[in-house]
Amino acid sequence: GPLWERPLMEVRLGELHTWISTCNFSPQGLLAAVQRAWSSYCAKYIHVKQGGPAGISMLLAGYCLLSYGWNYQHLSKISYFRSS
Amino acid sequence: VLHTTRPLHTTQQSLAPVPPLPEKGGEVRHGLIPEEFFQFLYPKTGVTGPYMLGTGLLLYLLSKEIYVVNHETAAAACILTVIVYAIKKLGPEVAAFADKLNEEKVATAVAMKDEAIQTLQTAIEEEKKEQWRAEGRSYLFDAKRNNVAMLLETNYRERLLMVYSEVKKRLDYQVAMQTLKRQKEQDHMIQWVEKSVVQSITPQQQKESIAKCIVDLKALSKGAHAAV
Repeated sequence: GPLWERPLMEVRLGELHTWISTCNFSPQGLLAAVQRAWSSYCAKYIHVKQGGPAGISMLLAGYCLLSYGWNYQHLSKISYFRSS
Repeated sequence: VLHTTRPLHTTQQSLAPVPPLPEKGGEVRHGLIPEEFFQFLYPKTGVTGPYMLGTGLLLYLLSKEIYVVNHETAAAACILTVIVYAIKKLGPEVAAFADKLNEEKVATAVAMKDEAIQTLQTAIEEEKKEQWRAEGRSYLFDAKRNNVAMLLETNYRERLLMVYSEVKKRLDYQVAMQTLKRQKEQDHMIQWVEKSVVQSITPQQQKESIAKCIVDLKALSKGAHAAV
Protein backbone atom coordinates (compact mmCIF):
# COMPACT_ATOMS: atom_id res chain seq x y z
CA GLY A 1 0.00 0.00 0.00
CA PRO A 2 0.93 3.64 0.14
CA LEU A 3 3.84 4.70 2.36
CA TRP A 4 2.03 6.30 5.24
CA GLU A 5 -0.28 3.30 5.82
CA ARG A 6 2.47 0.68 6.07
CA PRO A 7 3.64 -0.49 9.47
CA LEU A 8 7.23 0.16 10.49
CA MET A 9 8.46 -3.36 9.79
CA GLU A 10 7.53 -3.11 6.12
CA VAL A 11 9.24 0.23 5.47
CA ARG A 12 12.55 0.01 3.65
CA LEU A 13 15.58 1.77 5.03
CA GLY A 14 15.78 4.36 2.26
CA GLU A 15 12.16 5.38 2.82
CA LEU A 16 12.51 5.65 6.59
CA HIS A 17 12.99 9.42 6.50
CA THR A 18 9.85 10.07 4.49
CA TRP A 19 7.92 7.59 6.60
CA ILE A 20 8.84 9.42 9.82
CA SER A 21 7.74 12.69 8.23
CA THR A 22 4.30 11.28 7.60
CA CYS A 23 3.96 10.14 11.22
CA ASN A 24 1.39 11.71 13.52
CA PHE A 25 3.33 13.02 16.54
CA SER A 26 0.45 14.57 18.46
CA PRO A 27 -0.45 12.99 21.83
CA GLN A 28 -3.43 11.21 20.29
CA GLY A 29 -1.26 9.96 17.47
CA LEU A 30 1.41 8.66 19.85
CA LEU A 31 -1.22 7.07 22.04
CA ALA A 32 -2.77 5.44 19.02
CA ALA A 33 0.64 4.17 17.92
CA VAL A 34 1.32 2.68 21.37
CA GLN A 35 -2.14 1.11 21.37
CA ARG A 36 -1.56 -0.41 17.93
CA ALA A 37 1.83 -1.80 18.92
CA TRP A 38 0.47 -3.35 22.12
CA SER A 39 -2.56 -4.91 20.43
CA SER A 40 -0.44 -6.36 17.62
CA TYR A 41 2.01 -7.83 20.17
CA CYS A 42 -0.90 -9.35 22.11
CA ALA A 43 -2.52 -10.76 18.99
CA LYS A 44 0.72 -12.34 17.89
CA TYR A 45 2.09 -13.84 21.12
CA ILE A 46 -0.61 -13.94 23.80
CA HIS A 47 -4.07 -14.46 22.28
CA VAL A 48 -3.28 -17.80 20.71
CA LYS A 49 -4.53 -21.29 21.43
CA GLN A 50 -1.13 -22.76 22.28
CA GLY A 51 1.11 -19.96 23.52
CA GLY A 52 4.43 -20.85 25.10
CA PRO A 53 6.69 -19.03 27.56
CA ALA A 54 7.62 -16.60 24.78
CA GLY A 55 4.79 -14.19 25.40
CA ILE A 56 5.57 -13.09 28.95
CA SER A 57 9.30 -13.87 28.85
CA MET A 58 9.88 -11.21 26.22
CA LEU A 59 7.95 -8.70 28.34
CA LEU A 60 10.03 -9.62 31.41
CA ALA A 61 13.27 -9.38 29.47
CA GLY A 62 12.24 -5.97 28.20
CA TYR A 63 11.41 -4.93 31.75
CA CYS A 64 14.83 -6.15 32.97
CA LEU A 65 16.65 -4.20 30.30
CA LEU A 66 14.61 -1.05 30.94
CA SER A 67 15.18 -1.17 34.69
CA TYR A 68 18.91 -1.76 34.17
CA GLY A 69 19.01 1.20 31.86
CA TRP A 70 17.20 3.43 34.35
CA ASN A 71 19.43 2.35 37.25
CA TYR A 72 22.71 2.38 35.32
CA GLN A 73 24.00 5.53 36.92
CA HIS A 74 23.49 4.11 40.40
CA LEU A 75 24.77 0.64 39.51
CA SER A 76 27.94 1.92 37.92
CA LYS A 77 28.89 3.78 41.10
CA ILE A 78 28.94 0.69 43.31
CA SER A 79 32.53 -0.29 43.78
CA TYR A 80 33.31 -3.82 45.05
CA PHE A 81 36.94 -3.23 45.58
CA ARG A 82 36.96 -0.63 48.28
CA SER A 83 39.83 -1.05 50.56
CA SER A 84 38.30 -0.64 54.00
CA VAL B 1 -38.20 3.87 14.20
CA LEU B 2 -36.69 1.38 11.81
CA HIS B 3 -36.32 2.71 8.31
CA THR B 4 -37.21 -0.28 6.21
CA THR B 5 -35.61 1.24 3.17
CA ARG B 6 -32.17 1.03 4.78
CA PRO B 7 -30.39 -2.12 3.66
CA LEU B 8 -29.21 -4.43 6.43
CA HIS B 9 -26.25 -6.80 6.48
CA THR B 10 -24.94 -5.72 3.12
CA THR B 11 -21.24 -5.80 4.05
CA GLN B 12 -19.21 -8.90 4.78
CA GLN B 13 -18.01 -7.60 8.13
CA SER B 14 -20.16 -8.62 11.06
CA LEU B 15 -19.53 -9.29 14.72
CA ALA B 16 -20.48 -12.95 14.64
CA PRO B 17 -19.16 -15.50 14.10
CA VAL B 18 -15.88 -14.42 15.67
CA PRO B 19 -12.86 -15.71 13.74
CA PRO B 20 -11.08 -18.45 15.70
CA LEU B 21 -7.80 -17.79 17.49
CA PRO B 22 -4.61 -18.76 15.66
CA GLU B 23 -3.21 -22.13 16.68
CA LYS B 24 0.34 -21.14 17.51
CA GLY B 25 1.90 -17.81 18.36
CA GLY B 26 4.80 -16.20 16.60
CA GLU B 27 7.92 -18.33 16.52
CA VAL B 28 10.46 -17.42 19.19
CA ARG B 29 13.93 -18.90 19.54
CA HIS B 30 15.37 -19.57 22.99
CA GLY B 31 12.20 -18.11 24.45
CA LEU B 32 13.43 -14.55 23.97
CA ILE B 33 14.24 -13.59 20.41
CA PRO B 34 11.56 -13.71 17.70
CA GLU B 35 12.24 -15.79 14.65
CA GLU B 36 11.90 -12.74 12.42
CA PHE B 37 15.23 -11.45 13.66
CA PHE B 38 17.03 -14.60 12.53
CA GLN B 39 15.20 -14.52 9.19
CA PHE B 40 16.12 -10.87 8.80
CA LEU B 41 19.84 -11.64 9.18
CA TYR B 42 19.83 -14.93 7.27
CA PRO B 43 20.37 -13.61 3.71
CA LYS B 44 23.43 -11.59 4.69
CA THR B 45 25.09 -13.67 7.37
CA GLY B 46 23.68 -17.17 7.11
CA VAL B 47 22.72 -19.27 10.11
CA THR B 48 25.44 -18.28 12.60
CA GLY B 49 25.08 -14.54 12.04
CA PRO B 50 22.73 -13.68 14.90
CA TYR B 51 24.71 -15.85 17.33
CA MET B 52 27.94 -14.09 16.44
CA LEU B 53 26.16 -10.80 16.82
CA GLY B 54 24.90 -11.87 20.22
CA THR B 55 28.32 -13.05 21.42
CA GLY B 56 30.07 -9.93 20.18
CA LEU B 57 27.47 -7.70 21.79
CA LEU B 58 27.78 -9.55 25.11
CA LEU B 59 31.58 -9.32 25.14
CA TYR B 60 31.44 -5.64 24.25
CA LEU B 61 28.98 -4.90 27.04
CA LEU B 62 31.06 -6.82 29.55
CA SER B 63 34.43 -5.43 28.56
CA LYS B 64 33.32 -1.85 28.41
CA GLU B 65 31.57 -2.26 31.76
CA ILE B 66 28.29 -1.17 30.25
CA TYR B 67 26.94 -4.25 32.00
CA VAL B 68 28.44 -4.27 35.50
CA VAL B 69 28.88 -7.70 37.05
CA ASN B 70 27.53 -7.44 40.57
CA HIS B 71 25.73 -9.58 43.11
CA GLU B 72 22.58 -9.33 41.08
CA THR B 73 24.27 -11.13 38.20
CA ALA B 74 24.74 -14.24 40.33
CA ALA B 75 21.16 -14.03 41.56
CA ALA B 76 19.90 -13.62 37.99
CA ALA B 77 21.93 -16.62 36.86
CA CYS B 78 20.49 -18.85 39.59
CA ILE B 79 16.95 -17.65 39.00
CA LEU B 80 17.25 -18.13 35.26
CA THR B 81 18.55 -21.67 35.72
CA VAL B 82 15.66 -22.55 37.97
CA ILE B 83 13.13 -20.99 35.64
CA VAL B 84 14.47 -22.75 32.58
CA TYR B 85 14.57 -26.07 34.42
CA ALA B 86 11.01 -25.63 35.66
CA ILE B 87 9.74 -24.75 32.21
CA LYS B 88 11.46 -27.70 30.59
CA LYS B 89 10.17 -30.10 33.23
CA LEU B 90 6.65 -28.92 33.89
CA GLY B 91 5.86 -27.20 30.59
CA PRO B 92 3.97 -29.99 28.84
CA GLU B 93 1.88 -30.79 31.94
CA VAL B 94 0.76 -27.19 32.37
CA ALA B 95 0.06 -27.00 28.66
CA ALA B 96 -2.08 -30.14 28.82
CA PHE B 97 -3.99 -28.77 31.82
CA ALA B 98 -4.67 -25.47 30.07
CA ASP B 99 -5.75 -27.34 26.96
CA LYS B 100 -8.12 -29.45 29.05
CA LEU B 101 -9.68 -26.31 30.55
CA ASN B 102 -10.12 -24.87 27.09
CA GLU B 103 -11.63 -28.11 25.86
CA GLU B 104 -14.16 -28.09 28.66
CA LYS B 105 -15.19 -24.51 27.90
CA VAL B 106 -15.55 -25.27 24.21
CA ALA B 107 -17.42 -28.48 25.01
CA THR B 108 -19.99 -26.66 27.16
CA ALA B 109 -20.48 -24.03 24.47
CA VAL B 110 -20.86 -26.67 21.77
CA ALA B 111 -23.25 -28.62 23.98
CA MET B 112 -25.37 -25.53 24.43
CA LYS B 113 -25.37 -24.93 20.71
CA ASP B 114 -26.32 -28.56 20.02
CA GLU B 115 -29.07 -28.41 22.59
CA ALA B 116 -30.44 -25.24 21.06
CA ILE B 117 -30.35 -26.82 17.61
CA GLN B 118 -32.08 -29.93 18.99
CA THR B 119 -34.86 -27.93 20.63
CA LEU B 120 -35.36 -26.00 17.42
CA GLN B 121 -35.49 -29.27 15.45
CA THR B 122 -38.15 -30.69 17.77
CA ALA B 123 -40.03 -27.40 17.52
CA ILE B 124 -39.94 -27.72 13.72
CA GLU B 125 -41.26 -31.30 13.95
CA GLU B 126 -44.02 -30.24 16.29
CA GLU B 127 -44.93 -27.43 13.94
CA LYS B 128 -45.10 -29.81 10.98
CA LYS B 129 -47.28 -32.14 13.04
CA GLU B 130 -49.60 -29.26 13.87
CA GLN B 131 -49.78 -28.34 10.22
CA TRP B 132 -50.67 -31.92 9.34
CA ARG B 133 -53.30 -31.85 12.08
CA ALA B 134 -54.71 -28.63 10.72
CA GLU B 135 -55.23 -30.34 7.38
CA GLY B 136 -57.87 -32.55 8.99
CA ARG B 137 -60.10 -29.63 9.76
CA SER B 138 -62.20 -30.42 6.69
CA TYR B 139 -63.21 -33.71 8.36
CA LEU B 140 -64.01 -31.85 11.52
CA PHE B 141 -66.26 -29.45 9.67
CA ASP B 142 -67.93 -32.29 7.81
CA ALA B 143 -68.75 -33.97 11.12
CA LYS B 144 -70.09 -30.71 12.50
CA ARG B 145 -72.15 -30.16 9.39
CA ASN B 146 -73.56 -33.68 9.75
CA ASN B 147 -74.45 -32.98 13.35
CA VAL B 148 -76.27 -29.81 12.44
CA ALA B 149 -78.13 -31.53 9.60
CA MET B 150 -79.19 -34.28 11.97
CA LEU B 151 -80.46 -31.78 14.50
CA LEU B 152 -82.46 -30.00 11.82
CA GLU B 153 -83.87 -33.32 10.58
CA THR B 154 -84.96 -34.42 14.05
CA ASN B 155 -86.53 -31.06 14.71
CA TYR B 156 -88.39 -31.16 11.44
CA ARG B 157 -89.68 -34.67 12.15
CA GLU B 158 -90.75 -33.73 15.64
CA ARG B 159 -92.77 -30.85 14.30
CA LEU B 160 -94.26 -33.03 11.58
CA LEU B 161 -95.36 -35.50 14.24
CA MET B 162 -96.84 -32.72 16.30
CA VAL B 163 -98.79 -31.40 13.34
CA TYR B 164 -100.07 -34.86 12.56
CA SER B 165 -101.17 -35.52 16.14
CA GLU B 166 -102.89 -32.15 16.42
CA VAL B 167 -104.79 -32.64 13.19
CA LYS B 168 -105.74 -36.16 14.23
CA LYS B 169 -107.01 -34.85 17.57
CA ARG B 170 -109.20 -32.33 15.88
CA LEU B 171 -110.57 -34.88 13.41
CA ASP B 172 -111.24 -37.37 16.25
CA TYR B 173 -113.13 -34.66 18.02
CA GLN B 174 -115.32 -34.05 15.00
CA VAL B 175 -115.93 -37.80 14.61
CA ALA B 176 -116.80 -38.17 18.29
CA MET B 177 -119.17 -35.28 18.04
CA GLN B 178 -120.97 -36.81 15.09
CA THR B 179 -121.32 -40.24 16.73
CA LEU B 180 -122.53 -38.66 19.93
CA LYS B 181 -125.12 -36.63 18.05
CA ARG B 182 -126.37 -39.66 16.14
CA GLN B 183 -126.56 -41.69 19.32
CA LYS B 184 -128.49 -38.99 21.06
CA GLU B 185 -130.88 -38.74 18.15
CA GLN B 186 -131.35 -42.51 18.17
CA ASP B 187 -131.99 -42.63 21.90
CA HIS B 188 -134.38 -39.77 21.70
CA MET B 189 -136.26 -41.31 18.82
CA ILE B 190 -136.50 -44.69 20.62
CA GLN B 191 -137.79 -43.00 23.71
CA TRP B 192 -140.31 -41.01 21.76
CA VAL B 193 -141.48 -44.09 19.91
CA GLU B 194 -141.82 -46.03 23.18
CA LYS B 195 -143.70 -43.17 24.75
CA SER B 196 -146.11 -42.84 21.89
CA VAL B 197 -146.67 -46.61 21.79
CA VAL B 198 -147.33 -46.70 25.51
CA GLN B 199 -149.70 -43.80 25.15
CA SER B 200 -151.47 -45.43 22.27
CA ILE B 201 -152.33 -48.45 24.38
CA THR B 202 -155.98 -47.59 25.40
CA PRO B 203 -157.35 -48.92 28.65
CA GLN B 204 -159.61 -51.26 26.59
CA GLN B 205 -156.68 -52.86 24.93
CA GLN B 206 -154.90 -53.07 28.27
CA LYS B 207 -157.74 -55.07 29.80
CA GLU B 208 -157.97 -57.35 26.81
CA SER B 209 -154.23 -58.00 26.82
CA ILE B 210 -154.17 -58.68 30.58
CA ALA B 211 -157.13 -61.21 30.23
CA LYS B 212 -155.35 -62.91 27.35
CA CYS B 213 -152.21 -63.16 29.42
CA ILE B 214 -154.08 -64.71 32.35
CA VAL B 215 -155.72 -67.27 30.02
CA ASP B 216 -152.36 -68.08 28.49
CA LEU B 217 -150.80 -68.47 31.93
CA LYS B 218 -153.59 -70.79 33.06
CA ALA B 219 -153.13 -72.89 29.97
CA LEU B 220 -149.45 -73.01 30.56
CA SER B 221 -149.88 -73.94 34.22
CA LYS B 222 -152.27 -76.67 33.21
CA GLY B 223 -149.76 -77.98 30.79
CA ALA B 224 -147.02 -77.78 33.47
CA HIS B 225 -149.25 -79.60 36.07
CA ALA B 226 -149.91 -82.31 33.53
CA ALA B 227 -146.19 -82.68 32.78
CA VAL B 228 -145.31 -82.98 36.42
